[in-house]
Amino acid sequence: MIAEWPILSLTVWIPIIGGFMVLASGDRESNATKWTALIIAVLTFIVSLPLWFAFDSSTSAMQFVERVPWIPSFDVEYYMGVDGISMPLIILTTFITPLVVIAGWEVIKYRPSQYMAAFLIMEGVMVGVFSALDAMLFYVYWEAMLIPMFLIIGVWGGPNRVYATIKFFLYTFFGSVFMLVALIYMYFQAGSFDILGYHTLKLDLTEQILIFIAFLLAFAVKVPMWPVHTWLPDAHVEAPTGGSVILAAIMLKIGGYGFLRFSLPITPDASHTLDWLIIGMSLIAVVYIGFVALIQQDMKKLIAYSSIAHMGFVTLGFFIVFIISQNNAGSGAALGVEGGMVQMVSHGFISAALFLCVGVLYDRLHSREIKDYGGVINTMPVFGAFMVFFAMANAGLPGTSGFVGEFMVILASFRADFWYAFLAATTLIIGAAYTLWMVKRVVFGDVTNEGVAALQDMNQREYIVLGTLAAAVLLLGLWPAPLVEVMDASVNNLLQHIAVSKL
Amino acid sequence: MQFDTTQLIPVLPEITLLTLACLVLVVDLFIRESQRIVSYGITQVGLILTAAVTLAVSQPGAQILFDGSYIRDPMSDLLKLGILVISFLAFLYAKDYLRDRGLFKGEFYTLGLFAVLGMMIMTSANSFLTIYLGLELLALCLYALVAFNRDSPQGAEAAMKYFVLGALASGMLLYGISMIYGVTGTLRFDELAQVVDKGDMNQLVMVFGIVFLVIGLAFKLGAVPFHMWVPDVYHGAPTAVTLFLGSAPKIAAFALAMRLLVDGLGDLHGGWEGWQGMLIILAVLSMAIGNLIAIAQTNIKRMLAYSTISHVGFILLGILAGTKEGYTAAMFYALVYALMSAGGFGVVIALSRKGFEAENLDDLKGLNQRNPWFAGMMLLLMFSMAGVPPTVGFFAKLFVLDAVVSVSLTWLAVVGVFFSIIGAFYYIRVVKLMYFDEPVDETPLTMGVDTQVALSLNGLAMLVLGLFPAGLFSLCQRAIGG
Repeated sequence: MIAEWPILSLTVWIPIIGGFMVLASGDRESNATKWTALIIAVLTFIVSLPLWFAFDSSTSAMQFVERVPWIPSFDVEYYMGVDGISMPLIILTTFITPLVVIAGWEVIKYRPSQYMAAFLIMEGVMVGVFSALDAMLFYVYWEAMLIPMFLIIGVWGGPNRVYATIKFFLYTFFGSVFMLVALIYMYFQAGSFDILGYHTLKLDLTEQILIFIAFLLAFAVKVPMWPVHTWLPDAHVEAPTGGSVILAAIMLKIGGYGFLRFSLPITPDASHTLDWLIIGMSLIAVVYIGFVALIQQDMKKLIAYSSIAHMGFVTLGFFIVFIISQNNAGSGAALGVEGGMVQMVSHGFISAALFLCVGVLYDRLHSREIKDYGGVINTMPVFGAFMVFFAMANAGLPGTSGFVGEFMVILASFRADFWYAFLAATTLIIGAAYTLWMVKRVVFGDVTNEGVAALQDMNQREYIVLGTLAAAVLLLGLWPAPLVEVMDASVNNLLQHIAVSKL
Repeated sequence: MQFDTTQLIPVLPEITLLTLACLVLVVDLFIRESQRIVSYGITQVGLILTAAVTLAVSQPGAQILFDGSYIRDPMSDLLKLGILVISFLAFLYAKDYLRDRGLFKGEFYTLGLFAVLGMMIMTSANSFLTIYLGLELLALCLYALVAFNRDSPQGAEAAMKYFVLGALASGMLLYGISMIYGVTGTLRFDELAQVVDKGDMNQLVMVFGIVFLVIGLAFKLGAVPFHMWVPDVYHGAPTAVTLFLGSAPKIAAFALAMRLLVDGLGDLHGGWEGWQGMLIILAVLSMAIGNLIAIAQTNIKRMLAYSTISHVGFILLGILAGTKEGYTAAMFYALVYALMSAGGFGVVIALSRKGFEAENLDDLKGLNQRNPWFAGMMLLLMFSMAGVPPTVGFFAKLFVLDAVVSVSLTWLAVVGVFFSIIGAFYYIRVVKLMYFDEPVDETPLTMGVDTQVALSLNGLAMLVLGLFPAGLFSLCQRAIGG
């Protein structure tokens, strides 16, 4: 029964309309505004829960489908639905947003209503990206996402925010417009903008390669993959804490999701032909960017680079499937894709938590430089424990969610090629090195300066946010089975689909 | 030839407007300075009345009248409504500006109404003579309007430039018309289309004729390399005039292109021999030069001028596709652009006040702190111009790109989107100034309630039309007959 309600539309439009209400309410009663924002965010989360509970994981078909004409003369439809790949990402989005609203509670002094509204509107739009099944609808959501993020970084960001936000906007805009041309091109081949229709569209290899490259530009910038990653450290460093959290936890996932929804099924032969390129770029991200992270002086920059390295795992997991199926290694292919998906969700929790940890410190001392801290554990023991826990998760400690995804991808890459696995596994060392070294310098040791000596431990608000995330990280680490089961049918369907050449 | 009074019914909109323009001219002589609002009132009521009459006489199918010199068809109806609505907005935004500067004179409205009349005649022309008549009526009124602030040396300079170059362009156009008349023996577009269809004419002279025609057209549209007048005129004219000049006449220019190229010479469209090739060059250059040079501007009026040039490039893309879908897309683009442009200049006007001209980009600094609501409106307008969804500017671009890809000119679509990326930079720079910078000038914005309402509707239209583009699009489709 619940499946007949327009749950996806509600999840998209409650936060968007709520966001405009918050915007309209202004800043005179800023407490009321904040509470409204929080209620809307929590309500959206509750509304989105049936997507998980009423989800039928035995089928790969789209569920909760809504389909009405939007621009009839162009065959553009308001067509949304979810499968096992998109549903966990939607839940991730609605889960993280309330935490972001809470995290910005007292910190944001300048026009809090606009701040909260931007996050709520962005939440709705991001859910839209994950649930759109019409290519134009997808593109509209995809681009609309840029506007609130552009403002969030630019208005509430750090000193160099203007440079960072314009770079962010232009990089992503650059990536996506070529995707637009590809989508229009396929419209004339397929006769509609239906994404599932694109999946079965026959395309020759040249067309596929050009379309693949157009998609690659869009998604590689978003993920971001080496060498188009340079906007991310700038954007992260300058963004306010909430902006960094959304950026790392959800926006990056949209690139990964794009590979699964568009690149692989629409252009399987081009993906196969060019898989060496993606694998190469992913391994460079894992190894080289890992070393880059090691030398960072700025905590946020370090986590940003660590995000790029972790997202390298995701794309690696997605694109080794061709080699695995050539080697006839059975279920290994599914392991790679599912590992990538688990990694995305887990990285959503962990990176969000780490950025929030940095936010906690930044709110107190207004510095993100590692050298300005030292011995934080002496004055903030509870916070120190959380930070160490999340750092361990980031380094892939078994028992945390960080371990599951990485382990699955490394296992899958063994079935593809020993050296891929070898290079990927170096992250266990490099990742541990940069994360734990940072923790050592920031959290442990003697109190280095007066600022640290005067630190207050976390307040209740921060405790709730980090505690929730810690629970999520542990739960996913100890019991990843539900997540894997939910996506299993969809992933296997995808793999069967891409195993058949379109030529 | 018999004269039949029923022939006058389809021209009733023009007759209404002409009557009211004359009424303004006469009434204005007899009222005192303090009652000038009456002229304004008659003008605005007149525009609404004309729009109502246009709606009343509209019907499916085309009517050709007066020995084939005039046509009323669904396209002319929709374009006229567009022109009237945009002109209404333009006069509304201009009122406070003119009053603050001692320019609140009846002549503004007389000239303005005659210009609107000229545009309406252009949209409904079915022969070279009528179209030229309409064009010159529009142009002469605009020359005078640009120099409307006669104490401003910049205004005078701009008007001179506009006049000289405009006259040159008209000359080119006439020369082209005379050549085409020479080889085909007709001035009527429908007959011309038949002759072209048969193909028994001197090809060489015909090609020359088309070249001159396209040059004249490109001048009027402001397409590169015939764009030199655009930034100077936009800059030099009083902002109220720039607002009018930069919005409604774009719709008329689109009509000009449709009548001349499509109605008359539609069959000569294809490839590099016909006019498609020439338009490709104009479109690519306009998008490239317009977007690149706009980046370097510090004056907001000049920036919007270069932005116009790049948008014209996009409109040309739709026309050169040469299909019904392409014309529909170009029409949608022209209407949407006129609306965006009116809104954009409307905000610039709102920033000006007595003794202060908002001209530089820096004047937008910190608008979000001074007035968050109108900063939001400008944000919508700028993202719409940049073509970012969910604003309507995106759909305008999407439809044009769609049309271009459908005729296998995918490379042109790639060029188009490439230059939109460059264009996005200077639009988001405006957003940056409004939202990320501290205000230099803390004076609150003063606007009449009417301006506030109109500007809000104009800004919100970007979002509403973006969420529901199907309505306006199917109107355009019906107008083109697709």
